[in-house]
Amino acid sequence: MHKESELRPPLILGDKTWHDITEDVCRPVESKANKWWWLAFTLSVMGLLWWIIAVSYTLGTGLGVWGLNKTVGWAWDITNFVWWVGIGHAGTLISAILLLFRQKWRLSINRSAEAMTIFAVICAATFIVSHMGRPWVGYWPLPLPNQFGSLWVNFNSPLVWDVFAISTYFSVSLVFWYSGLIPDFAVIRDRANTKWRKRIYTILSFGWVGSAKNWQRFEEVSLVLAGISTPLVLSVHSVVSMDFATSVVPGWHTTIFPPYFVAGAIFSGFAMVQTLLIIVRKVLNLEDYITIYHIDMMNRIILITGSIVGVAYITEFFIAWYSGVEYEQYAFINRATGPYWWAYWSMMTCNVITPQLFWSKKLRESVFATFIISIFVNIGMWFERFVIIVTSLHRDYITSSWTMYSPTWVEAGIFIGSLGLFFTCFLLFARVFPVIAMSELKTIVKSSSEGQKKKAAKKSTQEQHA
Amino acid sequence: MSSDNKKMIYGIFNDDEVVLNAVGTLRKKGLKVKDVISPFPIHGLDHELGLARTRISICCFIYGMTGLSLALLMMYYMNIFDWPMDIGGKPSVAFYKNLPAFIPVAFESTVLCAAHGMVITFLLRSKLLPGVEPHVIHPRMSDDHFVMAVQASNESDVANIHAQLKSAGAISVQ
Repeated sequence: MHKESELRPPLILGDKTWHDITEDVCRPVESKANKWWWLAFTLSVMGLLWWIIAVSYTLGTGLGVWGLNKTVGWAWDITNFVWWVGIGHAGTLISAILLLFRQKWRLSINRSAEAMTIFAVICAATFIVSHMGRPWVGYWPLPLPNQFGSLWVNFNSPLVWDVFAISTYFSVSLVFWYSGLIPDFAVIRDRANTKWRKRIYTILSFGWVGSAKNWQRFEEVSLVLAGISTPLVLSVHSVVSMDFATSVVPGWHTTIFPPYFVAGAIFSGFAMVQTLLIIVRKVLNLEDYITIYHIDMMNRIILITGSIVGVAYITEFFIAWYSGVEYEQYAFINRATGPYWWAYWSMMTCNVITPQLFWSKKLRESVFATFIISIFVNIGMWFERFVIIVTSLHRDYITSSWTMYSPTWVEAGIFIGSLGLFFTCFLLFARVFPVIAMSELKTIVKSSSEGQKKKAAKKSTQEQHA
Repeated sequence: MSSDNKKMIYGIFNDDEVVLNAVGTLRKKGLKVKDVISPFPIHGLDHELGLARTRISICCFIYGMTGLSLALLMMYYMNIFDWPMDIGGKPSVAFYKNLPAFIPVAFESTVLCAAHGMVITFLLRSKLLPGVEPHVIHPRMSDDHFVMAVQASNESDVANIHAQLKSAGAISVQ
């Protein structure tokens, strides 16, 4: 049995038993939703409806309904795509990388963070589909023979790498998430007291009973999936960054992009996890499982990745000057002082300055401050992608084609609508799926829960007195 | 699981350490401990039960290598052999010269095949599929109870197993 010092902060508060965990996690699934859930759900579905209207209008009329022009050919679409994919990265980081590092605090948050990954990648995919303009030929980037459309795809192109990276990432994350869910669906199935709940969760749990051999394989599968998901998640945002880095556009043509994008992805992903979980722990009464300690740990990751991102911004600026390439230099001067200066300085403030507040332990442990700063980071990381994409494009090599870009209501609709899609999925998840990995969390009750730690502390003082 | 002459007897436990120790003790006494069903993985249980190490990670490696080979073969066939293209003054002339650009897709394909192949193997080998009816022995075996399955070879054995399970810490036997 794993032993842990009673001085380490507990990961489960209150004197929780295994049965208490089952009760607390299954309660949202087994009870009726309250009015706050319905309010949030209604708002999200309204967002989703706006998304449907905006996407239908785009596909029915053509991409001309967006604010794009011949100089700025990518704008909000790719900004939102990169933003959503980046958000997804925190889920895989928590469930895979923290598993390899044996960080037990991941156990309370990995399920919901992985769900966030899946929904964020779905949102990202909607931008890929809608920016194609003609999604009915959306199979063209797949390696299919001539008679299906174009020539063989060009495997030297980073856009083709992206097709492989995103689809692999999505499907592997989905499988990783689902394989972890199987034992927890079995818990709900065995407790079910209505016919339909029993039937649905019997199908979802695939007939799992938790025999020794199944658990042995399950643990091996989790470990190996974590091992291969780790380089996968790092590769995905690297490949996304290469969509830009392999081009010859000043401001994009940078070797620092892959690590800088990955750090930014983890940074924004953790911010979104904080935003979501601070609400989830309150609404679903999970404050004993997602504790201040968990929030503090995630804030530390936001602090370190935020600092990496800050260093990357400064390095980029320095290299633009040091390279001696005047186009490169102009691209960066234009970012900071050109017509889009407000976007650049919003990015710098939100991404470089606000996370530095987390050096203060008081702020790291404050739920309110964390929530506000996480929103700032979400906004800042959106501006980062906007700055990279639009400010690099709008003033290109030929001054006669310099122009400005502003979005139309359709683009705004697709963006707000994608938030609606995301929250609709997440709210449904919170009512239908167990939001905490029960079977995994139960393994640390004896070592890391507050009740057990108190007992152990009492025992050791008694031993000292004896 | 159970047939006419071979009866399964289930001991219900409520602590993982007790059940883990019980497996060792009962096996030493010659009881046929077939399985332990638990709500969460118990470390060292597979060793106590004498289960062989799972080979699923070896499968994963083979699937990964298959994915890698298929991806390289596909890219060689499409971009080098069947229809080499010259885009942006960068002709696709030889596989080894194009290899750096082929690495991302080769890597993604390795992961894709390794992950899905392993999970499909896991589900099939463990007989986990939608529609499979679970064999629920105790309603709380996925919550906080542990079930030890012991095989009785004949009727006279049953009473002995009952007693042994009780003395090893089972809260009930069925």
